[in-house]
Amino acid sequence: MGMTNDMAVLDVAGISKRFGDLQVLSDISFTVTRGETVCVLGPSGSGKSTLLRCINWLERPDAGQIYLNGDRIGINNGGVVMSDRELSRVRTRIGMVFQHFALWPHLTVLQNLMEAPVQVQKRPVAEVREEAMALLAKVGLSDKCDVFPARLSGGQKQRVGIARALAMKPDVLLFDEPTSALDPELVGEVLLVMRELAREGRTMVIVTHEMGFARDAATRILFMDRGRVVETGRPERFFVSPDTERARQFIQRYAAG
Amino acid sequence: MIRDFAIVWSERDLLLSGLGNTTILSVLSAIAGLVIAFVLTPALMSKRRWLALAVRVFVDGMRCVPFLLFAYIVYYGLPSFGIRLDNWSSGLVALTVYHAAYLAEILRGAWAAQPREPLEAGVAFGFSGPRLFRRIILPPLLLAAGPIIGNQMIQIVKDSAFLTIIALPELTHAASSIQSRHYVPFAAFITAVFLYWGLCLIIEAGVSGIDRLAAARR
Repeated sequence: MGMTNDMAVLDVAGISKRFGDLQVLSDISFTVTRGETVCVLGPSGSGKSTLLRCINWLERPDAGQIYLNGDRIGINNGGVVMSDRELSRVRTRIGMVFQHFALWPHLTVLQNLMEAPVQVQKRPVAEVREEAMALLAKVGLSDKCDVFPARLSGGQKQRVGIARALAMKPDVLLFDEPTSALDPELVGEVLLVMRELAREGRTMVIVTHEMGFARDAATRILFMDRGRVVETGRPERFFVSPDTERARQFIQRYAAG
Repeated sequence: MIRDFAIVWSERDLLLSGLGNTTILSVLSAIAGLVIAFVLTPALMSKRRWLALAVRVFVDGMRCVPFLLFAYIVYYGLPSFGIRLDNWSSGLVALTVYHAAYLAEILRGAWAAQPREPLEAGVAFGFSGPRLFRRIILPPLLLAAGPIIGNQMIQIVKDSAFLTIIALPELTHAASSIQSRHYVPFAAFITAVFLYWGLCLIIEAGVSGIDRLAAARR
């Protein structure tokens, strides 16, 4: 317990998850230090999304521990599974960006950003509004603040999704295939925002199939296959001379395609 | 015939008071029914099987009982169990409970048709319990189900006419006392029909208002 080093924002220790007969995650361990951009790569069905969803307990892991800045997620000090209310409090410290954006359709863009900070974190409305407007300016959508999500393009929706996650001032940002649902010509604008966040030194875990982005922006690659972390390392090493045959095949297939 | 309508006109105070009572009954039942549905719907969707099943039995049961019979049970039947309600309370309770079941089922259907991700985002952003339902889940349901809820409101207005049998002085009751007093059945009842129709038009105007809000968000 508590094997977290000082700089570890996120410490994942021995996470396993099974859906029925399918072992989706087997004994996954890694730490993310402050300012790191960790890209999780791997073939479809390798458990990448499930791993992200286990980190904030959208899925409950069967085994293992997760620490956020030293605080155990999911299990409280008494060793009991957290109540929904306790879990909610922890979750506000973890920002999440979804594959299909998952914006709240009944709220405007600005309201989407303000909803959780005001309603859950109970921060003052005026302050939250000011910060939300600054975040919208940052993702280039100031002029869309009063528009409903349905009126936005996919790329715009995902930039709102990122701004919404940032509005909570989370300790770590989780991205679940943030560009997979986008038309190819809209991918670039989202990656641009994500590169900017990486440059700023935001702590991020990004599940992605964008090899170019992973190569340039990641500080570390986590390569998964069949529910296991097969290889981890710096991108310049991972993409040029991976240690494992499986990683080599994966890179070749994506380089070709 | 003109003379018949003149008689109805001379009894307009009675009709209008009936119309007023029908409106009060319908509005109160609609509001209370919705509030109860807001509690029943999450129970129907609950992961706790016993809770979902218990509410499912109530909802399906209610939907299979003719409203008239249910009103009889509340007014004439409950006193056998020591629960004695006057005609206003009985009428309100019957109308509210009966239609709450329908409204809960309408909202459950709308919920099942919603995409899962926005709800999940709500959970991931720290919403839970009643706040998750009220802030994240419910608003899109009301927008999506607006027209069907409006339909149910119209049903509430029409079912309130049954309450004439427990001597509630609503619109149908007023029309039927005018016809029995003056023997002008056609004029009295057709006037009531048009007044009901007017109420329904108001509801439909409300529905199209909600629909405009929903369209901006689709």
